[in-house]
Amino acid sequence: MKLFEYEAKDIIRKYGVETPKGVVVKEGDDVKKAIQDAGLVPPLAVKAQVLVAGRGKAGGIKLVNSVDEAVTVSQQLFKTPIKGIKPSILLIEQAIKHDVELYAGIVLDRSERKPLVLVSKYGGMDLEEVAKEHPEAIIKYYVDPYKGLKSYEARSLGKQLGLSGRQLSSFESFLQALYNAFMDYDAELAESNPLALLPDKVLPLDLRIIIDDNSLFRHSEYAVTEKERLGELTEREIAAREKDLAYVELDGDVGVIGNGAGLTMTTMDLVYEFGMRPANFLDVGGGAEAEHIKDAVEFVMSDPKVKKVFINIFGGITRADEVARGIVMALEELGNKAKPLVVRLTGTNEEQGRDILKKVGITPYSDPLEALQALKNL
Amino acid sequence: MGILVDENTKVIVQGITGREGSFHTKLMLEYRTKVVAGVTPGKGGTTVYGVPVYDTVQDAVKEHPDANTSIIFVPAKTAADAVFEAIDAGLKTVVVITEHIPIHDAMAFVNYAKEKGVTVIGPNCPGIITPGKTKVGIMPASVFSPGPVGIMSRSGTLTYEVSYFLTKAGLGQSTVIGVGGDPITGLTFPEVVQLFEKDPQTKVMVMVGEIGGDAEERVAMMVKEGKIKKPIVAFVAGRTAPEGKRMGHAGAIIMFGTGTYKDKVATMKSAGIRVAITPYEIPKLVKEALEEA
Repeated sequence: MKLFEYEAKDIIRKYGVETPKGVVVKEGDDVKKAIQDAGLVPPLAVKAQVLVAGRGKAGGIKLVNSVDEAVTVSQQLFKTPIKGIKPSILLIEQAIKHDVELYAGIVLDRSERKPLVLVSKYGGMDLEEVAKEHPEAIIKYYVDPYKGLKSYEARSLGKQLGLSGRQLSSFESFLQALYNAFMDYDAELAESNPLALLPDKVLPLDLRIIIDDNSLFRHSEYAVTEKERLGELTEREIAAREKDLAYVELDGDVGVIGNGAGLTMTTMDLVYEFGMRPANFLDVGGGAEAEHIKDAVEFVMSDPKVKKVFINIFGGITRADEVARGIVMALEELGNKAKPLVVRLTGTNEEQGRDILKKVGITPYSDPLEALQALKNL
Repeated sequence: MGILVDENTKVIVQGITGREGSFHTKLMLEYRTKVVAGVTPGKGGTTVYGVPVYDTVQDAVKEHPDANTSIIFVPAKTAADAVFEAIDAGLKTVVVITEHIPIHDAMAFVNYAKEKGVTVIGPNCPGIITPGKTKVGIMPASVFSPGPVGIMSRSGTLTYEVSYFLTKAGLGQSTVIGVGGDPITGLTFPEVVQLFEKDPQTKVMVMVGEIGGDAEERVAMMVKEGKIKKPIVAFVAGRTAPEGKRMGHAGAIIMFGTGTYKDKVATMKSAGIRVAITPYEIPKLVKEALEEA
C-alpha cells in the first residue's frame, strides 16, 4: 500500500525529523484560511496528493508567490487529472530555497534478504535514470536487521556523500529515522527524493513510504482510506479487494480465472499465445472454497467487457470438487447473465469435480491446450 | 537420492488440527511420509489420523527426538512465531506453506534460520517432494514419479502442471521443490541449483520462474561462471504481465524496471539455459538436454 506524501511526512515527524512547514487541504476547504492558520508565508509549493509516478513532471506540483495565487492554483489542481487521476487532497508547503538535492532510500533486498540503504548525491531525478547515467554515484549499504542501522553507519554513508559538520549530523539523524520508520511500519520502500541539502541540515522535500500489504493488519489506520488511493487501483480492482479476490484488470475480453499466481499468469500468457486478449488476472489462491470460487466467477462474468471466461484449475491444496460446486453456484445465481465458459479441471478430487460439472452440462477439459482451442472456437 | 528430504525424514506438522493441516497430514501419511507428531497450542493430548498432537514443538521433539523437519500450516499473523519455535526446537528443515506472511516477519526468521544453520523452504510455497520416498507439502502426489529431473519453482500449481507433463512423457523427478512466491524466501534458486548440482540422481534441472526479482538472472550468472554444469531448462511466467502490477504473488512484480520477462529470458539464453515459451515445451527440451548430457 502506497502512502500519500503527507501521510509519510506525518510518520517521519514522529521520529523527530523536521519537514517543510505545510497544511493539508481537501476539495471544498477554505484554502486561504488554511494557509493563514498554518502560518505559511509565500513562496509556497502546492502539491497534488496522488500516487502516480512522475507527479512533478505531470504537472502535479506548482510553485506560487502569493496566497491568492495558491488559492487559484489549488482550485485548478483539484480539477486537473494527473496521469488520469484527479487529486482529492493537496499538500501546501513552504517552498524551500536550496541548491543541492540528495537521494536517500531503503528497500528490502530480495537476494540478500536484508534492508538495503541507497544514497546518492544525484537527488531530484529518477533513481532508475541515475542508475543508468551515474551507476557509481549510487552508494549501497546492507543493514543487519538484528542490529539495525547504527549512527556510525549512517554517518559513514553521509561522509561518502561528501557531507561534514552540521549537515552530516542532520543526515545521520534523518537516515536513522527513515530506517526506523521503514522497520516499524513494515515498509517495502521508504525514500526521500529530493532530500534538500541546506547550509546547516537536510530536509525531505518529498517522502514516499510503501507498506507491505500483508502487514496491513498491524497498520489498520491506513487500510480504511483505500478508496482515496485511486491511481494505484482501478474501480474494479478496489471492488475485487473488498471481496478478497486477487484480481488485476487488463484490457482484453477473455475473463481468466486460475488457482495459484504462476498458473494464472501462465494462463494469461497462453490466452495471448492463442490470439485472444485477457480481460483480467484472477487468482483464487490456494485452498479456495466453493463460496470463494462463486464470488470469483460472478465477479468476472459481471464485467461488461468480458465476452467469455476461461477457468484453469490444477488442484493441489485447492480441491476440484469445491471449485466445481462454486462454478455451479455462480451459474445458478447469474442465470441468463452467465457468459460462455470453458473449464480446465484436474488434480485433487478431480473425479468428484468432473461429476458435479457434468450434471449441469459442462464437460471440463484435463488438457490445457485442448481447453484453449475450445475457448478460441467459442 | 534427491535433495533435502528422503525416506528417513521425520516430520512434525505445525497447525495439524486446522482444516488444511489435517487434510494434508492425511495425504502425506497416504504417501508414506513419516509424520511423527503434530502441534497445535491447546490441543495437546489429542490425535489427528493417529498422529499424536502436542502443545509446543519442544514437547513434540522431547517425545520424538528423531524428528528433523517441520511443515507449517499456521495462519499468517502467527506463522513467524511458529517458524522461530521450530528453529529453536532444533529442527533442521522448516517448510512454510502459509501465504500472506508479513515480509518483515519473513526477513526476520529467514535471517535467524541462516544464523542457526536451518533450511527454510517458503513461505507461500507448496513444499517439497522426493517422488516415491516422501512428500513434505501439499502437492497432489499423482503427478510425480521418480527420475532424473530436479524441479524448482516459485509457483505451486504451475509446478504440478509441469511435473504432470514430464511424468506423462516418462521423465520422472529426483526432487521437486517449491521455493515460494514471496519476495523474501528461505531457499532461492541459486541455492537450490547448487544442491541439485551435487545430487547424483539429478541429471537435468527445470527452473520454473516468474517475473520479479533476480533469482533467475543469478542462476544464469552461476552457469556462466562454470559453477553449474548440469543442463537447465527454464520457463518464466508473466510474459504478458503489465509493469508495476502485482500478479497474485507478492514477489511477482516488475519494480524499478527490473525483473522483466525480457531481461530474464535474455540473460538466461546468453548463459546457454534452454528457455521454454510455454510450460508444455518443457518435456521436449528436457529430453534434448538429457540426450546431450
